[in-house]
Parts: sequence; structure tokens; C-alpha cells
Amino acid sequence: MSFERTQEKLKILADAAKYDVSCSSSGSNRKNHNKGIGDATGMGICHSYTEDGRCVSLLKILLTNHCIFDCAYCVTRKSNDIKRAAFKVQEVVDLTINFYRRNYIEGLFLSSGIFKSADYTMERLVAVAKKLRLEENFNGYIHLKSIPGASDELMKEAGLYADRLSVNIEIPTKEGLKLLAPEKNREDFLKPMRKVQNEIIQYQAEKKIIKSTPKYAPAGQSTQMIIGASGESDQQIMWTSNYFYKKFDLKRVYYSGYIPISYDSRLPQLGTDVPMLRENRLYQTDWLMRFYGFEVHEILNNEHQNLDLDVDPKLGWALRNLEHFPIDVNKADKMMLARIPGLGMKSAHKIVQARQFRKLNWEHLKRMGVALNRAKYFLVCDSRDFERRDLTGPQLKSIILQNSTSKYQNILSPQLNLFE
Amino acid sequence: MLILEEHTLVYDSTFDGFLTCVFQVYESKLKQVSFQRKNQVQESLFGINTEIITDLEKADRVWKGIRSHSTARGSLRLYYAFLSEQAQIESLLLTYIQQAFKSRIPLDSDFGNEMVLKISQIAKSVGREKHRMEAFVRFKLTKDDIYFANIEPDFDVLPLISKHFKSRYADQKWIIYDLKRQYGLYYDLEKVEMMNLTLPENFDPTQTASEYFTPSEMEFQTLWQNYFQSTNIVARKNIKLHIQHVPKRYWKYLSEKTT
Repeated sequence: MSFERTQEKLKILADAAKYDVSCSSSGSNRKNHNKGIGDATGMGICHSYTEDGRCVSLLKILLTNHCIFDCAYCVTRKSNDIKRAAFKVQEVVDLTINFYRRNYIEGLFLSSGIFKSADYTMERLVAVAKKLRLEENFNGYIHLKSIPGASDELMKEAGLYADRLSVNIEIPTKEGLKLLAPEKNREDFLKPMRKVQNEIIQYQAEKKIIKSTPKYAPAGQSTQMIIGASGESDQQIMWTSNYFYKKFDLKRVYYSGYIPISYDSRLPQLGTDVPMLRENRLYQTDWLMRFYGFEVHEILNNEHQNLDLDVDPKLGWALRNLEHFPIDVNKADKMMLARIPGLGMKSAHKIVQARQFRKLNWEHLKRMGVALNRAKYFLVCDSRDFERRDLTGPQLKSIILQNSTSKYQNILSPQLNLFE
Repeated sequence: MLILEEHTLVYDSTFDGFLTCVFQVYESKLKQVSFQRKNQVQESLFGINTEIITDLEKADRVWKGIRSHSTARGSLRLYYAFLSEQAQIESLLLTYIQQAFKSRIPLDSDFGNEMVLKISQIAKSVGREKHRMEAFVRFKLTKDDIYFANIEPDFDVLPLISKHFKSRYADQKWIIYDLKRQYGLYYDLEKVEMMNLTLPENFDPTQTASEYFTPSEMEFQTLWQNYFQSTNIVARKNIKLHIQHVPKRYWKYLSEKTT
């Protein structure tokens, strides 16, 4: 491996891959076998964090940034004047193995620009994974991109070597996609996703009967949407997300605040701030849907098409639904506890266990880590001290905001002034 | 008023040693007990210093007792908390064990009990350090074909990470050496063993001297540093979050942070 050539390629192809936010290395169950290298069981590990605070878990690179498509939002679009490069299959294998042996990474996340055709590209991605598994006896994590338009046969093969597969739908609405990537249509994204979903179901069914059935994409599928590039509402984003979780059994949907990379007049201009706060609120909503038992329409509906930026979505929901509160922490079931603002799933779990021993009071809750500055208005416990005023949602919101500081204070302060 | 004599139990600072002390407390019906690790003995002016010799059989009996009075998770938590090496952790654990032996149901989930919560919090921070070391170990390939890493964890987590590295790097020899506690783990392609090293006087653990490491070692470190730079998104810069995830005290042995 020529060091200088590899170095040059790595710089270009890592830079081009960084807009894919997925970094997960968990959810697989691939064990080390035959004393090979690597193990992908158990929790994911973030080996480092970049200065933007994002986790570095996988070697995330493109095989090439040559691309026949010209999607406006994408940095590797055909018409963009940038340096192009391409890795050889063996180069990616060598980098992955040598990084892995030094404990830099959990594995490989390989994506690619589309060169020649979808199948030609997918074939090469599969070749890398196959070589790692069969020749290097590599049991670490492999995440491959499913190339829109790739054939069913290739997708079937990809799942035999990869732990996770993903297709990024990128633009949450059909109209947005038509505007920004007119050469693509949604069906091209859905087809490989559906194929993989069906294979996963089939392999799992066979596994129940024949134990030696090989693994097929054990960490499932994920996708990503760009936020703030096509004027979509939060409702459109999260309903789309919900659709993918329910219809395609996705493990994760990622939300990526659009980073201006182009003078294209269809997009936010260069220098526009990345909508990081909005992105954060969307992730919070995603968690409420996946772990807290919320239905998407409870949080976002025709009356509330966008999330509040100044309060988290659970608090926002609570303020609009005060009739459910206060909740008695010594009696309510776990899923009700988890609906109390400022009280997360871990605290809910601790409370359910601890109250078998004694009734819990404010002091107990505080020590367990409940954020009482928000939670105290929404619960009663073993104390005669509780919120007795009959406050309206807006009153309560302004009291809570006055008594807390947000890490997003800078972004929020112009709006906060309105309340004063 | 009765003044109870304080007994100071001096032990070898192993977990089995501590469990042997607990055995002694029950056997001799000691009331006021404090603990001292052998390597940090201070003569106390009052009370009695007793040296406890680690006895695996006694330790095992105590451990079985703990296991039968708690969930698997709860007993593991005690071991984790012990590895924190915090001042007076032994007394806290002893109190816990005494209460657990008296209780008919496992105390493990009694989070309203301040002591239970405290131990679970200490165990949690040891668990966090274990996970960090699984992430932050950076192997460098030596000329003897051994992947070598040095660490200085806040807590004594080597015993906890051994299994993780053994199953992951089954086909390469490796050493993880704790510079603070001066012992390490060595995997020889068959088994993991504890080991002590006499590092050469001119050995600088923050550097990759060509005297000890292979020529390609520096190249891979450079590639890793390049990758680390390229994968960063400048428009999203968030140093506060970065430092929260990778606290500065770990930087000196992280090759991506030492340029």
C-alpha cells in the first residue's frame, strides 16, 4: 500500500462521507469465530469524538466520489468542481484491518458515489465486505450502503456479509425530492429497502428451524433525512420517519441538519446556520416514539405542525395535555412515569424498583437524578408539598423557562425576549 | 459509656483480600472496623492493626453469601465499586454487605436507600471508565510483533476489560499496560495473564519511537490523524461537547489528539 496515495484518497473520501451521520456500531450479534479478528457483539463503542462532538465509531468512507447523479443537496454531485478519487477494494480492506487492529474503530461504514451504474457500484461494495469476511476472517462491524436501483441478487448477497444496510431517502417529501434530485424517484430507494426487509424476515424464520442458517444483516436497516433543505415541516419529517419504522422495520432513522454546500438557489445559502437545535428536537421526538410509547400524532399533528424550539417535545406535549397531570410517582405505571417532563426512562425504572421498599419523596427523586425544575409541576409524591396553583399551559411554560437555562440560550434568546 | 476499640484490618488490596476481611469481621465479631491497603499503611495511634492474609476459601464463602443475598447484578456492582479504589469504599461495602445479610429480600434495587444509591453510582462510574478504556486503548505495533498500549485509567479497570480484548483480538499478541498501577495484561494468543514490566528508562509512552515500534506504525497513526481531521464538520463545531465525550486527561495517549 503506497502511503502517500492512500493518504490523499483517504482525505478526499473521508471528507465526502462525513455528511452521513449514522455512526452506530451496535445491534449486531456477530461473535469472533475460529480465533479470527474482531467481535461485533454487545454495545457499540465510540472510539473517539470529532471536534463537532460526533462519535467516531466506524471508518466511514466512500469507495469513490465519482457520481453520475446531480442531486443539488449532495457534495459529490456531478456538477460540483471538486477533487475526485477512488479506492481499490484491497486498499479499503487493508485500512479497515489495520485501523481495527489498533483499536481505532469498530468496523467499516462503506458508501459510494454511483459510477457507471447502480449494480456496478453495489457489486464493488459487496466485494469489499466479502473479502473482509472470507479472506481476513473479520468479525467486526460492517455497514454497507444499499445503492438505490441495485438488483435484488446483489442486495441479497450484501446482507450475508454486512451487519447493517442503509438507504438514505434524504428528502422527506416527494415534492422536495422532485425539486432537488429530479433524476431520482422514491421507488428506487424503497426497492432495495423492501428486498432487505423481506430477506431479514425470511432468514429469521429459517433460523428458528435450522440453527446453522447464516446471519443476514443482523443489525437491520437504517436511513437518513436531511433537515431544512426543502422547506418541510416537522410533522412531515416525523410522519415519514414513523412510516419507515412501521412499514420497513427500520432500526434507526437519522436526521441531518442541512449544511450549506452550494450556491444553488433552490437551497439555503452558504453561511446559513446548520439547524442544530431543530435537529435535536427531532431526535428527542424520535426517542419518544421508539422508547417512551408516544404515538407520533400525539406530538405532531395538523394543529401542531412544528416542534417548539424553546422546550423539549415531552414538555411541550405535557403543557398541551395538563389534564393527565399530576401523576403520583408512588402509584403510576412505568410508561406513565416516563411521560413526566424531566423524568427519563432510567429514572422511571429506578422509581418502580425503589418504591417497593418505601414511599418516595422529593429528596429521593432528586437524588435519583430527576430534573425537578421541570418535573415538580407534574407529579405528586410522599409529601404534602406540591404545586397547588391551577396554572395554564402558557403560564407554566413561562415559569419553567424563567427557572432554567438552556444550552441553546444563544439561539433562543431573541425568542425568549417575547415573553418578557 | 463503653468505648469500642477500633480494629484496622490491613489487607493486600485485592478483592479476595477484602472479602477475607469481611469473613474476619464476622468470625471475630468486630464492631468498629476500618480498612487499610498494605501498600499505603499508616500506623494509627489508637486501636489495633491486624494484618489479614488473603484466604481464597474464606473469600469464596463470603462471595457465595453475597450472591445468595443479592441479584447477579447487585453482587457485580459491589465488585465494580471496590475497583474504584475510593477512600473508605471498603467500609461502605461492609455496611452494605451487613445490611444485605440481614435483609430477607435483595437490597439491590432499594434506590431510596442512600447507601445503595451511592454504591450503584460509584459502580456506574467504574463501568463508565471500563467502557472508556475499551474505546480509548490505542495499540501500537512493536518490533516484536506485539500490539502495545499504555493507559492510566481513573479506576482499576484492567480486570474488567480483559475479556473484551481477548475475544476481539484473538489472532494478535497484545499488551495493555496500566502505568499508574504498574501492571498490565498480556495476551499470548492462548491466554491473558497479568504481568509487570520494566520499561526502558528512555521510553516515552506518549511517543512512538522507531527504536521500539515498526516503521509502518507511524504511517497508520498519521492516516488515523488524517481521517480524524477529515471526518470533522467545521460548520458544526462544538468543542464543549467534544471535551465532554473525550475529557482532556485522556488526550495524551490518544494518537488523534496528540499532533
